[in-house]
Amino acid sequence: MIDNAVLIKQGAEARIYIAPFLTRKAIVKERFSKSYRHPILDKKLTARRVTQEARCLHKCRRSGLDTPVVYFVDIENNTIYMEYVEGKTVRDILREQSDDESFKSKNDEMANKIGMALANMHVADVIHGDLTTSNLLSRDPTGSLVVIDFGLSYVSILPEDKAVDLYVLERAFMSTHPNSETMFASILETYRKKYKDSGPVINKLEEEAENEV
Amino acid sequence: MRHIAIGLEGSANKLGIGIVTHDDVTGKVEILSNIRHTHITPPGTGFLPRDTAAHHREHVLPVLENALKEANITIKDINVICFTKGPGMGAPLASVAIVARTLSLLWDKPLVGVNHCIGHIEMGREITGAKNPVVLYVSGGNTQVIAYAEKRYRIFGETLDIAVGNCLDRFARVLNLSNDPSPGYSIEQAAKSGKTFIELPYTVKGMDVSFSGILSYIEMIAQDQLASGECTPEDLCFSLQETIFAMLVETTERAMAHIGSNEVLIVGGVGCNLRLQEMMAQMAEQRGGKVFATDERFCIDNGIMIAHAGLLAFRTGFTTSLEESFCTQRFRTDEVYVSWRD
Repeated sequence: MIDNAVLIKQGAEARIYIAPFLTRKAIVKERFSKSYRHPILDKKLTARRVTQEARCLHKCRRSGLDTPVVYFVDIENNTIYMEYVEGKTVRDILREQSDDESFKSKNDEMANKIGMALANMHVADVIHGDLTTSNLLSRDPTGSLVVIDFGLSYVSILPEDKAVDLYVLERAFMSTHPNSETMFASILETYRKKYKDSGPVINKLEEEAENEV
Repeated sequence: MRHIAIGLEGSANKLGIGIVTHDDVTGKVEILSNIRHTHITPPGTGFLPRDTAAHHREHVLPVLENALKEANITIKDINVICFTKGPGMGAPLASVAIVARTLSLLWDKPLVGVNHCIGHIEMGREITGAKNPVVLYVSGGNTQVIAYAEKRYRIFGETLDIAVGNCLDRFARVLNLSNDPSPGYSIEQAAKSGKTFIELPYTVKGMDVSFSGILSYIEMIAQDQLASGECTPEDLCFSLQETIFAMLVETTERAMAHIGSNEVLIVGGVGCNLRLQEMMAQMAEQRGGKVFATDERFCIDNGIMIAHAGLLAFRTGFTTSLEESFCTQRFRTDEVYVSWRD
């Protein structure tokens, strides 16, 4: 049990608490075991994911991406203590909007930030693995774009893996935010500009789109 | 008013013809007949498109006769002829579609081309009574995590290479397991006496999954470790099931968490695997949700599901003209406009 912890979210794989860590307010992510999984598989997956998550969070931060700071990793209890980020998810921000023109410049700015963040992450060869609009936050009060939940992330230099990352986000956009094609297109545009080796990644992404037709 | 539809299915190695009625007033769905004939190949082999099409051609008329006889209706009672437009294997699809087209001209009845995946989903919803579930569609040719939103069945996750059933079928061939009634069934039975868990690759990418690497890996270790006696075929079946089903349950759960649903419906041939159903139920229980599944009559490809989904579309005014009645191997679930749901 974690001292003074308040459960804020029960996700598919982890419980998220808010708890004090030394003097700071922290997010505590505790992965729990899955009864449907074979115990050996479960143990291996859980331990692997805790380590990977902490490593990827750190690697991204070093490459200039805004991610929660890792305070402490408790491997025994499958728990990571990290910075509590004040802010709203991109999902909520988009949901609160109407189709109004006035949101256009705001969305362009948001798309720009998302494209930049993804470029930074992929320059560091980190694959997020579960990019959705719920995993992108806008930090208060700076508006800096924070990428969270590296629970499925891993390190890879393959353009294909990076393309899958973008593809997963595209699908999350299309399935939860109707008519968001233009916004995703401008995310890709920034991504292309900011990440100089993005050529093969974009090619793979386009190949995938062709396969679907 | 009562509507009657006949459905013809033959997108893979199962040839099925079923007859169903919908009562407009009560909304009641009644199954009048559900006849199936399966093309089963010897152990160690799979079914080839050409042979499968020949099987369908050989058996389609007797199956049709049986379906009509069992339903105890006359041709006059039928309102619409439904057939599988795709996705599936080209030759088998075409051999059944030609029968549907001929009947349509012969009996002067309208045609409705049905998306095979939609057939599975609608049949599953009808049989189980699940209202708005996340759907896991798993078969020899398809692996998709689906949820309904705004008139479409949207695909949240899917396989990036081969289908889960294809992975199982092909591994059954490596072990020379029986294809009767299905290779997946043989694996399921063998897995029951598996004891040792052998670690295999575990490939989940977001909500998508991948099986081809797992298959290559287990094929490789099967050769080495079976020869040296390090493990038994049963251990391999057990480990394969535990690994790939865990991947499916994980992605399904992620989709449920994403859209905030607590219901899950399993459809498709692999859906009648009881171990998969059990694992899904354990996941659902941890979330306070519920799992819905059907048995082999409706899980495995059949004519009823085509008749049922076709009739739903027909009642909203949809028909397929003769010119449009061609088949297609590629026909994604989210291409269909779902006019019959709110």
